[in-house]
Amino acid sequence: MPDATLRISRGEGPTGGETVDYKVPIAPGMVVLDALHYIQGHQAPDLAVRWNCKAAKCGSCSAEVNGRPRLTCKTRVDSLPMDEPIVVMPMKSFPRIKDLVTDVSWNYAVNKKIPPFQPKPGVEWKISQLDVDRVQEFRKCIECFLCQNVCHVLREHDAKPSFAGPRFFVRVAGLEMHPLDSANRAPLLKNEMGLGLCNITKCCTEVCPEDIHITDNAIIPLKERVVDQFYDPITMLFRKVFGG
Amino acid sequence: MAGSPTLLPESRLGATLRRDAWWVELLPAIILLGGFGLYATLRAFEGAFFEWGPYLSPFYSPLIDPQHHWWKFSPALLILAGPLGFRATCYYYRKAYYRAFFLDPPACAVGEPANRKYQGETKFPFIIQNLHRYFFYLALVFLAFLWYDVVLAYNFGGHFGIGVGTLVMTLNIIMLTLYTFSCHSLRHLAGGKLDCFSCATLGMPRHGAWRALTVLNERHMALAWTSLITVGFTDFYIRMVASGAIHDLRIM
Repeated sequence: MPDATLRISRGEGPTGGETVDYKVPIAPGMVVLDALHYIQGHQAPDLAVRWNCKAAKCGSCSAEVNGRPRLTCKTRVDSLPMDEPIVVMPMKSFPRIKDLVTDVSWNYAVNKKIPPFQPKPGVEWKISQLDVDRVQEFRKCIECFLCQNVCHVLREHDAKPSFAGPRFFVRVAGLEMHPLDSANRAPLLKNEMGLGLCNITKCCTEVCPEDIHITDNAIIPLKERVVDQFYDPITMLFRKVFGG
Repeated sequence: MAGSPTLLPESRLGATLRRDAWWVELLPAIILLGGFGLYATLRAFEGAFFEWGPYLSPFYSPLIDPQHHWWKFSPALLILAGPLGFRATCYYYRKAYYRAFFLDPPACAVGEPANRKYQGETKFPFIIQNLHRYFFYLALVFLAFLWYDVVLAYNFGGHFGIGVGTLVMTLNIIMLTLYTFSCHSLRHLAGGKLDCFSCATLGMPRHGAWRALTVLNERHMALAWTSLITVGFTDFYIRMVASGAIHDLRIM
């Protein structure tokens, strides 16, 4: 089989760096992460790549392949055009540490702001399957942060201080829709997590390797819950009169 | 190995390393939404050729003061804000026009115009998007009128009949109904807002409704485009018949 040329971003720190071309012999079924490992093993042992499972389940090997945010372990080389080099870049929305490895620790700081599961007092811990069908979709998230990377609010507008990003809307949706949870996270969504900054252009859904319908099943239902509490005068009046 | 300086392209309109023709995705939205907006505006201001026999254009329904007793402009101007508001605040159309007309973003992982202040849907005018459910309520009222118009479209001078226009209007109302009932806000109100279906009052019927509406909701985009085309075509057909450009073929 012919060789592929991988054009890889090399460098340390958030700015600067260069792209370097490497020739890699193609093997059947090879994914981009295999090619990166070949380069590490034969040409550039200092190439920094974050990876773990190579099975699209750990969410570590996120990068941008030919300009598209993807898991490198889930991107087959033979699915890419070979007439030009395959360009592999680190995720744009996070500061680079070295080569393809970015610092995603901001995400963990955001995660800490979310009130965890708070069970309703005195209820039986028995849950009907139909009540958890919905939230099980959100549990599929592998925290690859591709949705965070592609979201234009973070990528283009760098709204990190005021916007939590789709990954954490998915997490909040999983908590808010949990049948035994008692916390109300709508004020947090509106005031601190910047849900209103999302203009539902669905890029997060397009790149999700777990096929979570982030926009339709998490973000929009959360927007509707925020509307219930902050924008819908009739629902607000109803709540005031009857409680809840 | 060869080295060349670069990281990722700077943020500016269209900057991307994507190799596919990402801009092609924008064309249907620009052509269809732009074309429909232009056509609907022209037709709304035209104020003529909106009814023929038992047919009434959906752009003019409900028909208010067609004799110009107190409203001297086109009757469409009195009512079009309702259906247009429903579409303008629709969760699907928002995606389409934010991408196609506001380039916010033009496509995934493609740069936007640089140095633009972004406030999403937190400030006027886009904060109004939060009232989508009220436009949904309004859309239900319009649907009732449009269904009534379709029933009348089977009545040719007191006798049951079917013309091509009847079929066009029937197809249109079916698509409009499906589009309206695939609405995200309705899905939320019907059952999505519940955390526990099995514990809530009427929880199980609401779960059933939520599931059924979810099936429709998954097709919201297709229904949005299809119903946009059918409503535009229905008006166009009635205009052509009313102006004498074509004759309505009577099937029964």
